[in-house]
Amino acid sequence: MILSRNFIKEYIDIDDNLSIQDIAEDMTRVGNEYDYAGSLVNCTKLVVGKIIKCIDHPDSDHLHVCDVDIGTEVLQIVCGAPNAREGITVIVALVGAKLPGGEIKKGKIRGVESNGMLCSKAELGLDNKFLTEEDKNGIHELPEGTKLGMSAIEALGLNDEVIDFELTSNRGDELSILGLAYELGAIYDKKVKDIDLSYKEESDSIKGKFNVDVKTDKCSLFLAKKIVNVTIKESPDFIKNRLIACNIRPINNVVDISNYVMLETGQPLHFYDADSLGDTLVVRMANENEKLTTLDNEERTLSNSDIVIANKNNAVGLAGVMGGLDTEVENTTKNIIIESAIFDAASIRKTSKKILRSEASNRFEKGLDPNRTYMAIERSCALLEKYASAKILKDTIIYDNIDKENKIINITVDDINNVLGTNIDKKEIISIFNRLGFDVEDKNSIIVSVPKRRLDISIKEDLIEEIGRIYGINNIKGKLPKLGIRRGTFDKTTRNIKNKMVNLGLSEVLTQIFINPSDGKKYTNDDFEVVKLLDPLSIEKAALRYTLVPSLMKVYDYNKSHGFKDLAIFEIGKGFYLKENTYGEDKKLCALLSGDYFYQVGNNIKFDFYVVKGIVEELLDYLGYKNRYTFTIPNNIALEFHPGVYADINLQGKKIGFIGKLHPSIAKEDVFIFEINLDELLNNRTSKIKYKDIPKYLGMEKDVAFVVDKSISNEEIVKVINKAGGRLLTNVNVFDIYKGDKIDNNCVSIAYKLTFTDINKTLTDEEVMEVFNKIIASVTTKFNAKLRDN
Amino acid sequence: MTEEKAKLIMEEISKRFEKINDLKELNDYKVEQLGKKGKITELQAGIRDAVNKKEYGMLVNKVKNHFNELYEEKMKLLEEVELKKKLESEKIDITLPSKKIRRGTKHPMTLTIEKIEDLFVSMGYDVVDGPELETDEYCFERLNLPKDHPARDMQDSFYITEDKLLRTQTSAVQARYMKSKSEPEPIRIIVPGKTYRRDDDATHAPQFGQIEGLVIDKKENNVSLADLKGTLEIFARTMLGDDLDIRFRPSYFPFTEPSYEVDVTCFKCHGKGCNLCKDTGWIEVFAAGMVHPNVLRDNGYDPEVWGGFAFGPGWDRITMFKYGIPDIRLMYQNDVRFLNQFDRKDD
Repeated sequence: MILSRNFIKEYIDIDDNLSIQDIAEDMTRVGNEYDYAGSLVNCTKLVVGKIIKCIDHPDSDHLHVCDVDIGTEVLQIVCGAPNAREGITVIVALVGAKLPGGEIKKGKIRGVESNGMLCSKAELGLDNKFLTEEDKNGIHELPEGTKLGMSAIEALGLNDEVIDFELTSNRGDELSILGLAYELGAIYDKKVKDIDLSYKEESDSIKGKFNVDVKTDKCSLFLAKKIVNVTIKESPDFIKNRLIACNIRPINNVVDISNYVMLETGQPLHFYDADSLGDTLVVRMANENEKLTTLDNEERTLSNSDIVIANKNNAVGLAGVMGGLDTEVENTTKNIIIESAIFDAASIRKTSKKILRSEASNRFEKGLDPNRTYMAIERSCALLEKYASAKILKDTIIYDNIDKENKIINITVDDINNVLGTNIDKKEIISIFNRLGFDVEDKNSIIVSVPKRRLDISIKEDLIEEIGRIYGINNIKGKLPKLGIRRGTFDKTTRNIKNKMVNLGLSEVLTQIFINPSDGKKYTNDDFEVVKLLDPLSIEKAALRYTLVPSLMKVYDYNKSHGFKDLAIFEIGKGFYLKENTYGEDKKLCALLSGDYFYQVGNNIKFDFYVVKGIVEELLDYLGYKNRYTFTIPNNIALEFHPGVYADINLQGKKIGFIGKLHPSIAKEDVFIFEINLDELLNNRTSKIKYKDIPKYLGMEKDVAFVVDKSISNEEIVKVINKAGGRLLTNVNVFDIYKGDKIDNNCVSIAYKLTFTDINKTLTDEEVMEVFNKIIASVTTKFNAKLRDN
Repeated sequence: MTEEKAKLIMEEISKRFEKINDLKELNDYKVEQLGKKGKITELQAGIRDAVNKKEYGMLVNKVKNHFNELYEEKMKLLEEVELKKKLESEKIDITLPSKKIRRGTKHPMTLTIEKIEDLFVSMGYDVVDGPELETDEYCFERLNLPKDHPARDMQDSFYITEDKLLRTQTSAVQARYMKSKSEPEPIRIIVPGKTYRRDDDATHAPQFGQIEGLVIDKKENNVSLADLKGTLEIFARTMLGDDLDIRFRPSYFPFTEPSYEVDVTCFKCHGKGCNLCKDTGWIEVFAAGMVHPNVLRDNGYDPEVWGGFAFGPGWDRITMFKYGIPDIRLMYQNDVRFLNQFDRKDD
């Protein structure tokens, strides 16, 4: 909503010393934000001049050299407009004038001195919709006799200042000059002036000649008046200029008056050509697939949730949104039916969201004051009589099924001060209510009667907000809430996991959860359905990820394409799924590692499966799951992974994640990924750290190397070693792997360092040898292994 | 052996020691003198034939002691020389590059929230979260936003079914948290989380972060707007600068009444006016207000007995302001040159 300073002056006296910015800031403080505050036309040094001599430029086929009288002097100005000629009164931008297109400088145009510029309306920065063909093609011609040397903006009637407000959706009342006047009245403690509603009625009555039939409860108030013998012509300047200031295009006096009254009162009106309409108006719900051509010449297809206005035959208007083409007021129109009504806000919102948003629908959606519905129809009659020579038939057709009672709310001084944390006294509170234009009864509590125009106020808290607003919320001193002794809590585990990842050299990333549905099943063989959005922004963002891998792959591809291939990144985020008709989400940790891990001249350590496995183990051990997890090879590996370099990560026998290398068809470089379902992992409790005695006796170490078939895994051997080693075997460590000439081709040699400890005594050689030999025997028998002697 | 003879031998020993220059030579000389067939060893053996055994023994000992003394002295000297040589040969070029231990970084959004969490935990708040796939009921209806409410337009949502959607606001957790209490009890929480709206341009990402704060207490404890103001003051100052002020502008949100938009003194120009604050001297940071009685009632808290406030800054906005990040898209692009800038402590 745009506030025009000239317009609002009619309804409230604002101190002329206040600048438009001051007013805008004062309005902001009470909750009305603005986009722009300043002059309607943002130009300087524009004066009225008259071309007293106009000759062709000696060196051009279209330029003119004009002598322009600006009252105090005569300036030579070169002008290219085709309509420049002797005798016309024009807008002159003096040297130094600032226009939207730039600053006017003294200069020579093809050798001829020019001291300014003659302007078109377009050059003043007016919106295209306000310009005629003449405005677009030539300089503007002011009426003969306009005082030379006066401000051209004033001569145009555009010497106005405006504030473009961005209002909150609850303040529909401020979508009117009157509403803004009440708000300013509360700020500056001024009364809002009465609006002129007087006109003469004809002896003829509308009654008996015209019928209104409201057939839906979605219309609670409908008023109709008939006027005859209008003269359609241009509007008076003040109406045109105020419409322009409020960004509405003037059309003719009748249409302009309907818009003018809407701007004044907030009540949208509709004018029908009475002769095309016929003698009946019906308000009803549209039929399914009913057609209507609206004023903008578009054929609309309606549904039974749209409210329409119809005559005997068919729909003639989309209620609250836009009129129909058939009954439009045209230059030949003589007689008019005026509609002023209130329609169901939710229905209008639904229709306008579907079909079209208009100045009218915007106001209906937010709710209207029925008193203004009555006021607006009277006001339009007054203006039509004055500016369209209209005759107004007696009586108004009224369908009125609306509650017009003011809302009564009881409130106490304590109610207010307890919420605001203030100490405002009763007198001041009552005075603020009075400034807002609310009637107050001062009993034990304060009984406030809230006028119908403030539909946003329905409960005590709303009144508290009003007091806070006008009292000045920034006068309140901040403090902190009182509370007993209490320690807050937060999710330390997630923070600890992030710390551990960062300490291990991984960088945290933040990605979006949206993916292309075609990627939804990639990187996993889990059983689930991909979650899809009903109304996505694009196909690339039409589904939600299950695993975080596609998100991290995007980060990898982005950085690789920028020349950064060494990457160690992780993210903690949600993965989504549909399983057995239930939607769910899991918190997951996913990491992607590729390229160099540690840098050392000539000897960089690259990420490989074992480095990444070490990172996973370090994390799980740190979180307290030491010795409770295993890595196993699943039967079924997702196609995106290397079939020989992949493992499930299991905790207590249940899968909680995976670790793998990407398939060479997916990534040319070695890229490793692991993902852990943190919800699953952290479901498993961990114990608190408790001190255990340090062993008093030193352990004894023995080395042994087994040559086994390549198909035997280390894990299998360790299991057998542990079983045979029993209580005394306290550590098993692989210290060498050998494949090569010295042993059989299909074999591998794995060397173990075994540690034997007894917490009660120092072990003897014999005791150790006995267990050691038992281990050797078990392994050699079980795997057909040989001892490697060299 | 006479005294003179012993003296001669000792002088000869002294001279010989002076000529020795390395440990091998020294060792050879020791063998020459004290080995099985060494000269001093032989002298010692000569005691059997000596006339005056006592005197002879004394003289031989004198010679031997003299030898040992000089030997030790020389040994020490030569060892020092050797060590020095060794150390010199071990000298390295300390300007060669180090073995780089890889350093990870936390995302700036994480750095921000950890600081905020620490602040609020210290003031007795719990940090909680809820599901990102939320129901219409918790995201809207229980927050005084019934279907067809005009304010729903402010939040264009991603629905996955008629009833389920990606949460548009962390306020959804307000309702969940209140409902989770079997009996109403005082609440102090902050809810940092991801939220989603159908927007995608330079200033809006379809995925962004919010931090919701909620304090509810018995009315007799008077949790007021002044408490909200103080809370936001300490929040803004901790995150954006100690010398900043805040101002409230009345606004409208369905879940609070009264509602405010809260500006912080522009931390770039300190209120003088600049391009960041569009010459107003203020930057909008929070939405806040007193919890609407309908929200309390709909979630099991009698608004005649309970009251409180709620607030929510944009998590991304706070982060961008704190580090001067100009474009929200940088935060989700994860360029390593972006991430690597957050590799150290900064307060």
